[in-house]
Amino acid sequence: MNITRRQLLILLPAAAIAWEHVLAGTPESAPNYTMTEHWWGMLIDIPKCIGCGNCVAACQKENDVPDGFFRTWVERYHVTDWNLTNPEVISPDGGKEGFPAVKEDENGKYFFVPKLCNHCADSPCTQVCPVGATFITPDGVVLIDQKYCMGCAYCVQACPYGCRYIHPVKHVADKCTLCYHRITKGLTTACCEACPTGARQLADLKNPKDPIHEFLKTHPVQILKPQMATGAKVFYNGLDGSVR
Amino acid sequence: MPHVEGFMYPNEIALYWSILIVLYPYITGLVAGAFILASLERVFRVEAVKPTYRLALLTALAFLLVAPLPLQLHLGHPERSYEMYFTPHLTSAMAMFGFVYLWYLMAVLVVEIWLDYRADIVAMSQSTTGWRRLLYRIMTLGSTNVSPRALRIDDRLGWFITLIGIPSAVLLHGYVGFIFGSVKANPWWSSALMPVVFIFSAMVSGIAAVMLLYMVSMKLRREPIDMRCVDTIARYLLYIFVIDFSLEMLDLIHRIYEADASFRSLDFMVHTKLYFSQIVLQIYIGTLLPILLLTIMQFRKFAPATRKAVYSVAGSLTLISVFAMRWNVVIGGQLFSKSFLGYTTYKVALVTREGLLVSIALMILPFFILWILIKLLPPWITKPAAPLESSTT
Repeated sequence: MNITRRQLLILLPAAAIAWEHVLAGTPESAPNYTMTEHWWGMLIDIPKCIGCGNCVAACQKENDVPDGFFRTWVERYHVTDWNLTNPEVISPDGGKEGFPAVKEDENGKYFFVPKLCNHCADSPCTQVCPVGATFITPDGVVLIDQKYCMGCAYCVQACPYGCRYIHPVKHVADKCTLCYHRITKGLTTACCEACPTGARQLADLKNPKDPIHEFLKTHPVQILKPQMATGAKVFYNGLDGSVR
Repeated sequence: MPHVEGFMYPNEIALYWSILIVLYPYITGLVAGAFILASLERVFRVEAVKPTYRLALLTALAFLLVAPLPLQLHLGHPERSYEMYFTPHLTSAMAMFGFVYLWYLMAVLVVEIWLDYRADIVAMSQSTTGWRRLLYRIMTLGSTNVSPRALRIDDRLGWFITLIGIPSAVLLHGYVGFIFGSVKANPWWSSALMPVVFIFSAMVSGIAAVMLLYMVSMKLRREPIDMRCVDTIARYLLYIFVIDFSLEMLDLIHRIYEADASFRSLDFMVHTKLYFSQIVLQIYIGTLLPILLLTIMQFRKFAPATRKAVYSVAGSLTLISVFAMRWNVVIGGQLFSKSFLGYTTYKVALVTREGLLVSIALMILPFFILWILIKLLPPWITKPAAPLESSTT
């Protein structure tokens, strides 16, 4: 086929526009990233959390989370003596603005518990989705195809941790993506990046060089609601028995 | 912002399943119950309930046609609901809804009604004129043979369809129970008994609805009520109600005795937020009272007028009770936090898409459809099946 210089000049911009259109429907490219080489999770070091709420604010900004809903939040526990079954828990505005000061004379212990989607390996939310809009990626992140989700909210009911909500504008399920758009580019999550004390650490469980392995070896670590057998991949160091 | 007591996970404060999701199991329950009543005559040869046979089938169809509407209205993106048919996620209990629904509608109910009415449809296609004639001719589907042999085949096939229909009706509603019962994250729902309780409460509600509809339609038509028929239905209502109540009590006693991690939270909820709808409405007024009334009717032969009045009251209370049960399951299951540390509140909006007015309209719609179906396919038997014991009231 002979193409003149004039035809080529016309064709090139058209091809560029067409290519851009094709790319618009595909995820952002992540060169040098192979999904099967990773298995993502997170480490939360409870003694290090100071309840500043930076993680919540960073998440809301990064992911355009609607007001009143949370992809991550921080709870403050107040446990008196041996009374593990009745902790006093607060999370004002998800802990985004921090917490009210503790009175000096109050007894018992106070600590903060950051929460987010546990990216469960056997996630009940994925199991119940009637159309498969919620799925687990080969690198272990539970995601939602929001162009496919019909907003039935069955997944919201199925999550034992209260991590999901129906987006008030998009009318589809929404939750933490573990900043998938960042981690596939070699970055950490917005919440981990914003944490001033390193209480939150993104962990690649398939990477033998990841410090998580050493940490898990040397610390008593727990997951939330282990009785739910969800294969949660958010690991908590120093988790108190009163936390639910 | 709903009122919150104690601590809720921040995303739990809003309820995601509204009154429309209360209507869904209520309506499918009425379908399953009405069908099972119809099958009493057809398969179990309970001749006394014959006057309600066709009415029960039409009632089941009218409610079944409305059953998907509350779900559609509830979805964030109803225009994507077809995905459940084209790309169902096979591990999801909910994904099977479309298939179970279509199976029950197209393979059971419509076929059974058509077979039962075929001779009538053929007759009406000849006796009517104008658009009605055209409609009936279409409804014959070209099958106009009404020879005794053809009718015998219709009858045998109809019997067979009903036989398939009983497990299908149980599947339709047991499956709805499974949607709730299989959510391990929610201790208020998570129970292997849930599908069974749903099936029995469905039978109770469907039987009560058809009994009431039969009595009301006879009254409207100024025709005598077949007392042997309503006595029999009331007796079956009592039996099944006792089984249903026993199952629910078994679940309750099991929860109280086992007293697992969720117990204190759920117990508090039942004694506060659900006190009226569960203890008062569902158990005392809606279950114990009708069981008592129906039991009394078994011990002495009261005058027909008294029996009719008692059956009407007992039937109405039963319908309220089953609605309350659906409410307590669906709404109750979202009022407490999965942290077991707090409670939220649910207020029904009035004019929103998931509000009270829409719900009322959705509950009126099946009766309107039923009215059209009755006009089109009259279910009345011209000669009563049994000698009448009383005249109209």
